[in-house]
Amino acid sequence: MLKYIGKRLLYLILVLLGVSFIVFTLLYISPGNPAKIILGEAATPEALAALEEQLGLNDPFLVRYFNYLKGIVFELDLGTSYNTGRAVLDEILAVFPNTVTLAASAIVIAVMVGVTLGIISAVKQYSIIDNLVMVFALIGTSVPIFWLGIMMIVLFSVKLHLLPPSGYGTFAQMIMPAVALGLQSTAMIARMTRSSMLEVIRMDYVKTARAKGQKEIVVIMKHVFRNALIPIITVVGLQFGQLLGGAMLTEMVFSIPGLGRLIIDSISMRDYPVVQGGVLFVATCFSLVNLVVDLLYAVVDPKITKS
Amino acid sequence: MEEKKLLEIKDLSVTYKVEDGIVYAVNDLNLVVHNKETLGFVGETGAGKTTTAMAIMRLIPSPPGEITKGQIIFDGEDLLQKSQRQMRSILGQDISMIFQDPMTSLNPAMTVGDQIVEMLLLHKSVNKKQAWEEACQMLELVGIKRERAKDYPHQFSGGMKQRVVIAIALACSPKLIIADEPTTALDVTIQAQVMDLMRDLKHKLGTSMILITHDLGIVAEICDKVAIMYAGGVVEYASKEKLYNEPAHPYTKGLFNSIPKLDVDEEWLEEIDGLPPEPTEVIPGCAFSPRCSKCMEICKQKKPGITYLDDDHYVRCFLYEKQAEGGAAE
Repeated sequence: MLKYIGKRLLYLILVLLGVSFIVFTLLYISPGNPAKIILGEAATPEALAALEEQLGLNDPFLVRYFNYLKGIVFELDLGTSYNTGRAVLDEILAVFPNTVTLAASAIVIAVMVGVTLGIISAVKQYSIIDNLVMVFALIGTSVPIFWLGIMMIVLFSVKLHLLPPSGYGTFAQMIMPAVALGLQSTAMIARMTRSSMLEVIRMDYVKTARAKGQKEIVVIMKHVFRNALIPIITVVGLQFGQLLGGAMLTEMVFSIPGLGRLIIDSISMRDYPVVQGGVLFVATCFSLVNLVVDLLYAVVDPKITKS
Repeated sequence: MEEKKLLEIKDLSVTYKVEDGIVYAVNDLNLVVHNKETLGFVGETGAGKTTTAMAIMRLIPSPPGEITKGQIIFDGEDLLQKSQRQMRSILGQDISMIFQDPMTSLNPAMTVGDQIVEMLLLHKSVNKKQAWEEACQMLELVGIKRERAKDYPHQFSGGMKQRVVIAIALACSPKLIIADEPTTALDVTIQAQVMDLMRDLKHKLGTSMILITHDLGIVAEICDKVAIMYAGGVVEYASKEKLYNEPAHPYTKGLFNSIPKLDVDEEWLEEIDGLPPEPTEVIPGCAFSPRCSKCMEICKQKKPGITYLDDDHYVRCFLYEKQAEGGAAE
């Protein structure tokens, strides 16, 4: 088990190194001189040259990259925002809890609804319920979040005056963003649960369980669902990871001050250190969630640790 | 041998609805299993052996499957009249099943001990600790060390898994075990071990058994009675000795002819011409008539009834019906 965890951690580090390199390179080759961005168009060439020197912009690419890495590893320093002058990590941590709350509410809804629908769908394969669930899943995966968000605002806030249209903080303000954000995951999880259950439901050991005289609900939950879990956990993990980083559209539509919005705002302001740090942070979260998923595999599937 | 009927199937028919029609999986099947007896259930793939077994356990998936008529009398009561709840207390306790492929018939996410415990907790009034102890004893009974109860199925070989499956099936000392080709998926050497084990335990526990197989060698080894199945029905039912010495039905004769003979140097094995009918086909006469070398006019028009050649030997064939009626031999 320890070896398994160690291996996963090693992968995690490699992935993050790769991500940091790609993000750093992308921003390195993208147009725009940071010194100019900070000082504005009216800056004198001397002032620009001085700042370029100070920011290390004249150093070779690899030197800059390693300096960046060194800062992260030894001082947890993701750089300083050009825009606010605050440390990038502080900027991120200030908004990240909002994103986590949003993503967590969305994934909780998605898991509860998605898994339930998937199980029912699989047990009643080809029935009307199954068809309805699959139509819902198809719509759920194809509806764009920003459109859904706007439609929800129009219906529930503008027409029915039931929920506040935007903002962050109260429970009522969380309902629409969480539902909008969770819909796609709900649909994906429902589909995955259904297909994974169907793969298991015809296995002989399910017949064995029925032949024991076991109740159908126990057969479904203990023998079928339990063995269908791995793909479901995988998709839940991937979805949650995505929600953590990909709540951008939802955050924009519902004006929630979260990580996604921070990154988008920073892109439009060419605040490269925040973009870099933000993407790296999201990638770290994503990888950590997947690490947890990998560890859960070992709990769910005895084959992974016992052999 | 005590000749009390444990299981009697009367005129059982099972159909499956499929896209292009109705599959007649089992047609007017008649069968008797006595106490402590082993019945060999022989037939080609698709003859309806497994469907019959699932029908006895009332585990035919419905839809698409449906038991359209008949009675399955077990221990004096018709199983087809039982509620789901009543069936659940019979399954495992009185009737249990061993499936064909031990690789897939154990839950990969549960220890083998827990899988036996599940059975015990369902049917016996024991607590978890007692159940675990009994599960360990069951494992020892089938020749597996009790320490291995905490292991998962993937840590066992195929033969060992089938032993575990047997332990589960026998855990509540059922009156009837249905074994669906229990050795087909195993190596030949392991087959013999598992067969021996099953025979020993059956004697020890006094259970009856239905052994589904297409291996006439296994039948000869451990069965008391044999039912030969063809296209969803039993065409001949007899004690093993009678069947092997005086097979009556042309299909049975064909089966025995197709076994390679050790003392003759054969280039080609004898075969029965033709193929079994499509299960969606409705045949007005005897299902075997298109392939039968002794086919008569009547065979194509009417279904043959049951003719008893002896108390424990019946055949569904017009050759013998005529004989029995008019005394005019073929």
